This record gives sequence, C-alpha cells and structure tokens, in this order.
Amino acid sequence: MKRITLSATCLMASVGLVSAAEVAPENVEYDEYGAVAVSLSGTAGDAAAGRVVVSTKSQGNCVSCHAISELAEEVPFHGEVGPPLDGVADRWGEAEIRGIVANAKITYDGTIMPSFYKTTGYIRPGDAYTGKAATTDTLPPLLTSQQIEDVVAYLMTLKEE
Amino acid sequence: MKLKSLKTVTSSIAMLALGAGIASADEDAALIINGETEMVVRTEAPAHLENMDEIRSGWTFRSAETQALQMDDFDNPGMIFVDQAIDTWNQVSGSEEKSCASCHEGPESMKGLRTQMPKWNEAAGEVWTTEMYINDCRENRMGADKWGWNAKDMVNMTALIALQSRGMPMNVAIDGPAQATWEQGKEMYYTRYGQLELSCANCHEDNYDNLIRADHLSQGQINGFPAYRLKNAKLNSIHARFKGCVRDTRAETFKEGSPEFIALELYVASRANGLSSEGPSVRN
Ligand code: HEC
Ligand code: HEC
Ligand code: HEC
Repeated sequence: MKRITLSATCLMASVGLVSAAEVAPENVEYDEYGAVAVSLSGTAGDAAAGRVVVSTKSQGNCVSCHAISELAEEVPFHGEVGPPLDGVADRWGEAEIRGIVANAKITYDGTIMPSFYKTTGYIRPGDAYTGKAATTDTLPPLLTSQQIEDVVAYLMTLKEE
Repeated sequence: MKLKSLKTVTSSIAMLALGAGIASADEDAALIINGETEMVVRTEAPAHLENMDEIRSGWTFRSAETQALQMDDFDNPGMIFVDQAIDTWNQVSGSEEKSCASCHEGPESMKGLRTQMPKWNEAAGEVWTTEMYINDCRENRMGADKWGWNAKDMVNMTALIALQSRGMPMNVAIDGPAQATWEQGKEMYYTRYGQLELSCANCHEDNYDNLIRADHLSQGQINGFPAYRLKNAKLNSIHARFKGCVRDTRAETFKEGSPEFIALELYVASRANGLSSEGPSVRN
C-alpha cells in the first residue's frame, strides 16, 4: 500500500518536471498577426529574471540591438539596430510581445531580429559561436520557454504612460 | 627596435580610448596619410550596387583615436609587418634558390595589383586571390612550401603588395569569366546564415552607421585589407574577417581559401570599387 502511493507520487513528480503546460517551439500557435496568447512555460514570468536575460550577452542580448533607458546605468553600450524598448508595454499587449520575442519574423516579415524560440529551418546552423557545424538536426532554441516568459514579464513593466 | 616599442605603446593607448567609450569621429574627416597621400574614403557607389548611393571606407566609422593611427606610417602598427615582408621578399627560399626579388625585382612591381584583386586567372580557369598567386610562385616557381592562408609570412606579404597600390581606386572586374563567381558571392552576401539568421547585408547594408552593442557598424568593405586590428594586435586577412563575421551569426563558417570565401571576396571587393586601396589599414 505504502509502496503504491510512493510510485504514484514519483509519477506525478516526473510529469511535473516535463511540465504538461510547456509549449514546445514547433507547437507554438501564432495568430495571424504573430501574437501568442498562451504562456510558453505554463509558469508565470519573473520580471527580474527577464531583465537579466535581456541584458546578458550569452542570453537574450536584446540590448545589442535595442536601447532600454531603465537599464542604461548598469549595462553600457545599447545598440540602435532596433527601436528603443522604452514604453513597449504601452504599444503592445502581452500576447503580441510574447509572439515578437518568440519569433519576430511572424509579426515583422523579414526582420533582422532573431527568432528566439525556434529550432529548425536554418542555413548552415552552427554549434553556438564555435564556427563549427551544429551537431544535432534541431538546435536548442536561443531562449527557453521560461526565459521567454521572464522577458515578456519584464517588457510588460516598460510603461511610460 | 625603439620604433617598435613606441608603436606598441601607441596601440595600447588606443585600446584604452576604445574601452572608455565610443568617441564618434568627425563624419567628414579626410584621410591623408603622412600628410601627402589623400585617400578616397567616401564616393558614389558603383552602378552594380543596387541598395546604396554612397560607399564609405571602414576608416570613416572608427573613433578619432583609431583613425589617427592610420594617418601616419610611424603610428600605423601594420607597417612593422610590411618591413618584415620586405625582408621576406628578398630572402632566397626553396629548391630553386630564388627570392621574390629574383623574378619580380622590387615590390613596386606589384603596383596596382591590389586594386584588381581577386581576379580571373586564365590559366587556372578560376578566380584567384593574392594569396593564391603568392603560393603559386612559392610552390611552382621557387620550390618552396606553401604558406598558410593566415600565416604571418603570407598576411605580411599581402600587406606589402597592398601598400604598392595605396591611394589607387579599387577596380575589381565583375564581368566576363569572373561573372559567375561574382554572382555566387553576391548570393552569399544576401544569405541569412546561422541560428541568428543574419546576412552580411543585414548588418553592413541595412544597418551601417548604427551601433550593434558597442560596435559602430561599417559597410564591411575590404579595401583596407589586410587590416591591423587593435583587438588582436596583428594583421588580419580578408577571409579571417569573413570567418569571424559568419561565426558571429551562430553559423558553420567556411574555411579560409574555400571556393565560397573566394567568391564572397570577389563580390565584397567589387562593392568598394572607387574607394582607395588602404592596406594595411588600422581598425579596432
Ligand atoms: C539583431 C538585432 C535585434 C536583436 C538581437 C533583438 N531585436 Fe527586437 N527588434 C529588432 C528590430 C530591427 C525590430 C523592429 C522590427 C522590424 O522592423 O524589423 C525589433 C522589434 C522588437 C520589438 C517591438 C518593439 C516595438 O516597440 O514595437 C520588441 C518588443 C523586441 N524587438 C524585443 C526584443 C527582445 C526581447 C530581444 C531579446 C530577446 C530582441 N528584441 C532582440 C532587432 C533586434
Ligand atoms: C621564378 C620566378 C618567380 C619567383 C621566384 C616568384 N614569382 Fe611571382 N610570378 C612569377 C611569374 C612568371 C608570374 C606570372 C606573371 C604573369 O602571369 O603576368 C608571377 C606572378 C605573381 C603574382 C601575380 C601578379 C599579377 O600581376 O597577376 C604575384 C602576386 C606574385 N607573383 C608574387 C610573388 C611573391 C610574393 C614571390 C615570393 C614569395 C614570388 N612571386 C616569386 C615569377 C616568379
Ligand atoms: C551581426 C552583424 C554582422 C554580420 C551579420 C556581419 N558582420 Fe561584418 N562586421 C560586424 C561588426 C560589428 C564589425 C566591426 C565593425 C565594422 O567595421 O562594421 C564587422 C566588420 C567587418 C569587416 C571589416 C571592415 C573594415 O573596414 O575593417 C568586414 C570586411 C566584414 N565585417 C564583412 C562581413 C561579411 C562579408 C559578412 C557576411 C558574411 C559580415 N561581415 C556579416 C558585424 C557583422
């Protein structure tokens, strides 16, 4: 009796790990404007963690193309390839922002902005920044589902109005 | 010897200035080397360039401190390597006991060559870069070992050869037998490689003059090559630069000397037609 309860708990725990609510990159549903309504990780985003992802070179590195005034003091050298993200939450809702961060090419056809939640469809994909060929057919996405949710949560704090 | 240590000091000062901030240079600054050779660093884009009106040397995008290093040969750290190449030029090497000078006399005999490179080699039936011509002479005319594409002797020699064309306008042929290779290079220029899906054009055509993080994006021209980079304190070949840019898109790069990079070199070189040949230039 005791034993059975134990294995049932184990089962529950492992299901929890895989997270039934996580949406894999190939299953993300974009609406016709590129917005994504459903959380990719199933867990609420953490704005503070997202702030780190946005400004860290080995993670989102969004500041290489976007200026964010709120970060300027701590993180020097913001790029100007994309528009400043100040007030982005006034311009877009959460679903639109999630869609842009996950795969901006659906919202903006042909944009230079990389697709952060995508694993296939590349020309000469490499093994990260080594210059060598990728070792697997599908690449790990540039950001995990939780990192995307964290970034979305952070961007939702960038309001000016 | 004294000269050399002076140069090292100058370049580390420049590095400091670089780290301290992006001192934007004067937009209209003129590049006059040693107070006498005026270089064309901005000019009308060649007719085959569809999306740009003006072409600009990478020099125009650099900080005032970095720019200054290229304005005087005593400050240009790349010139030490040119001196080394002069020694190599005169040095007998290989089973035929010949030096470059045995057949080509002085390096001045190479005047104008850099402006046409890379070019169609009739005998080989393909486009050849300067490196390929040099290695052909070493292997087949001197009986000497080939140099590696990025070997010091090779890059230094390409700097000595480039210097003979300093101030002359780039004038790479893109028609005739070279055209198919040029088309291949052009297609590569607009291909979005790697996991970041970025083409050369995304950065160097659509976004030149913009900052990408701390880097002020230039047009990615190669009229200044080989280029002395403060970042790695040596002369860099064209293909080494290409390799770095492709790698930074999280792509599998091509090799130095590969048919792909030769084609890309031809295309990129042709985008600078009209700008002065500047090698060895100074970049960060
Ligand atoms: C290589 C440059 C580049 C990088 C890196 C980049 N972006 Fe962008 N982004 C752009 C460009 C360019 C646009 C404008 C869309 C267009 O016209 O192509 C944009 C648009 C956006 C927008 C819409 C902005 C608005 O106000 O309408 C958001 C939000 C955004 N990016 C978020 C991000 C986040 C978050 C990251 C990092 C995870 C990121 N971007 C990384 C280039 C970039
Ligand atoms: C035995 C004589 C000989 C030696 C030694 C020699 N070359 Fe050559 N080189 C030639 C000949 C012949 C050509 C072909 C000229 C032509 O086709 O117009 C040539 C062509 C070249 C070219 C292409 C020139 C052009 O106008 O297309 C370069 C560059 C070159 N040599 C560099 C060198 C260098 C550098 C060295 C020394 C490492 C060297 N050569 C040694 C005979 C020599
Ligand atoms: C993500 C943006 C990016 C992409 C894509 C990119 N580069 Fe670059 N490239 C840079 C940066 C940054 C530099 C250093 C600053 C500058 O000169 O633009 C640079 C420098 C260069 C230079 C040196 C210019 C000089 O004057 O010294 C050349 C040449 C070059 N790139 C060629 C290419 C080619 C060819 C491709 C396509 C295979 C390419 N780049 C793709 C960002 C990029």
